[in-house]
Amino acid sequence: MILRLAFGSLLARALTVGMTILAIALSVALFLGVEKVRTGARASFADTISGTDLIVGARSGSVQLLLYSVFRIGNATNNVTWESYQDIAAHPEVDWIVPISLGDSHRQFRVMGTTQAFFEHYKYRGGRSLVVGQGHGLDDLYDAVIGAEVAATLGYEIGDPIVVSHGLASFTDHDDQPFRVAGIIERTGTPVDRTVIVSLEAIEAIHVDWQSGAQTGRTTPVERIREMDLTPSAITAALVGVKSRLQIFGLQRAINEYPEEPLLAVLPGVALQELWQIVGVAETALIGVSAMVVVTALLGMMAMIFSSLNERRREMAIWRAMGARPATIIGLLVLEAALMAAIGAILGLALLYAGLFVAQPLVDSAFGLWLPIDPPTARELSVLAGVIGAAAIASLLPALRAYRLSLADGMMVRI
Amino acid sequence: MADPALTLEDVRFRWPGRASFGLSVPGFHMKQGESVLLLGESGSGKSTLLSLICGIVTAERGRVAVGGTDLSTLRAGARDRFRANRIGVIFQQFNLLPYASVSDNILLPLRFAPERRKRAAPDEAATLCSALGLPKGITGATAGRLSVGQQQRVAVARALIGQPQLIVADEPTSALDAATQDTFLGLLFDRIAATGASLLMVSHDERLGARFDRVVRLSDIAQTERMAA
Repeated sequence: MILRLAFGSLLARALTVGMTILAIALSVALFLGVEKVRTGARASFADTISGTDLIVGARSGSVQLLLYSVFRIGNATNNVTWESYQDIAAHPEVDWIVPISLGDSHRQFRVMGTTQAFFEHYKYRGGRSLVVGQGHGLDDLYDAVIGAEVAATLGYEIGDPIVVSHGLASFTDHDDQPFRVAGIIERTGTPVDRTVIVSLEAIEAIHVDWQSGAQTGRTTPVERIREMDLTPSAITAALVGVKSRLQIFGLQRAINEYPEEPLLAVLPGVALQELWQIVGVAETALIGVSAMVVVTALLGMMAMIFSSLNERRREMAIWRAMGARPATIIGLLVLEAALMAAIGAILGLALLYAGLFVAQPLVDSAFGLWLPIDPPTARELSVLAGVIGAAAIASLLPALRAYRLSLADGMMVRI
Repeated sequence: MADPALTLEDVRFRWPGRASFGLSVPGFHMKQGESVLLLGESGSGKSTLLSLICGIVTAERGRVAVGGTDLSTLRAGARDRFRANRIGVIFQQFNLLPYASVSDNILLPLRFAPERRKRAAPDEAATLCSALGLPKGITGATAGRLSVGQQQRVAVARALIGQPQLIVADEPTSALDAATQDTFLGLLFDRIAATGASLLMVSHDERLGARFDRVVRLSDIAQTERMAA
């Protein structure tokens, strides 16, 4: 009966109560939404590369190697010689190996030389493969397969010519050997979207007339280049898959102790963790801000209860005259606050799922961020319980005031 | 002989606060089943007296006893339950929780009074409503939607349910027009006669006196004191 009366009392003040509940609901939805985006971003980040057991490059730091080989941020300090690459490839534990050659660019996007094996073995988001949505893969020497963002930003279509620039942000173009857009990869939400992929041989081919990073002045005709042996002398990094996961550490150790050349092999998961710890500061700030929004909504509720007390003195006097103890009055107000918070929390959850339902495909295609629609996690449920508990605690202050008022008013409030 | 319905002896009370209002009652008694009209202008301490009798405030000194139980011997929680069990209260107006249904309003005191709940018949709310001339099926209606006259009758039903020994009414007719007043009082006295409860009604209207066993002026039984501290 008390619950029914509390509910009735809330209904009677539908407008103010509704606004308060809406504020709580929005803040809860925001908080949970931020939480979703945060975990989604974290998962997406960790999903940038999967299925690869080791990344091999010249010896530097593991985060640096990850940054340039997977995220295409920064540069390699050194290359890996083709001989070392072949030595690693010859290890019995190695199931597959994909070479990567970086260093050139097209407009603001990096150009990556690799082999057809990249399309077979590069996996993201829990084992998904790259899908060449339009066109085909690397068939011809001058074929380029571009990421979805490259295509979208530069408006490229299949068959469009591409001129690769030498180095990054340089004014020297490899305009004597233009490429052709052969395929466009569907959006993945990984750095592949922002990459122009060509064959390893093509990287070699466009540098035929170059020595030590400078143009020699000769121009070898394309027909002659096609007949040349275009095996590279060095690559930037390599992605390695092993036959059995048990062999990962053995192979990593063997590569790290490779006597001919200083090399570094890292486990992508470990390096991603290290990198996330650096990026993760922002997520703490985000959580903090959205928590403050929830606190603000609860403060608003508290103010609302405070301001309603005066007009409800009469009601409190009736309760008292009927034999309600002061504790019942306090309990009633706390119950009302908890009810408001509970309705707000449920509404917020509903808003979140409605928002996710609408935004999921949009966010995925725009940012490559996959927000999973799952039942609420234990963590989210405990956040909701926390909001309801905090509301009950926040309402104690106005409830205590109501208690004091009811004692001072006695039974007869003249209004 | 049964305990008197109400006894006040040598009672002294002062509201806390700076510009305080005090009240002292040397002696006032009501027999069981007696109906008393207490006449007093507003500001004469009527509300304070009723708060004392209902045990919402306690006297500094003296004895306030309802049905033989000295309220000052009860602790706060027990006093609240005693009030719920033994006393039916009717206010001037705004008696009801406007958002609650008529039946919830009538049953509200029973929520806090286990003895009174046992005394109440299962369908007593509906019986009282029809005895008080309220339309059939009104129990499901929202209290705030009723006319003032109907609300006051619902308040009577609430005061009477479970047969408390003492009914305390604070100017219950002042919000009603003359014709309605008369009907209202008629119904109230019928019901009180049926249950044998005592009635203490406070009013400033001397014309109501004819129906009561006794008419007492508040100024004859109580002294008020105002002091600016």
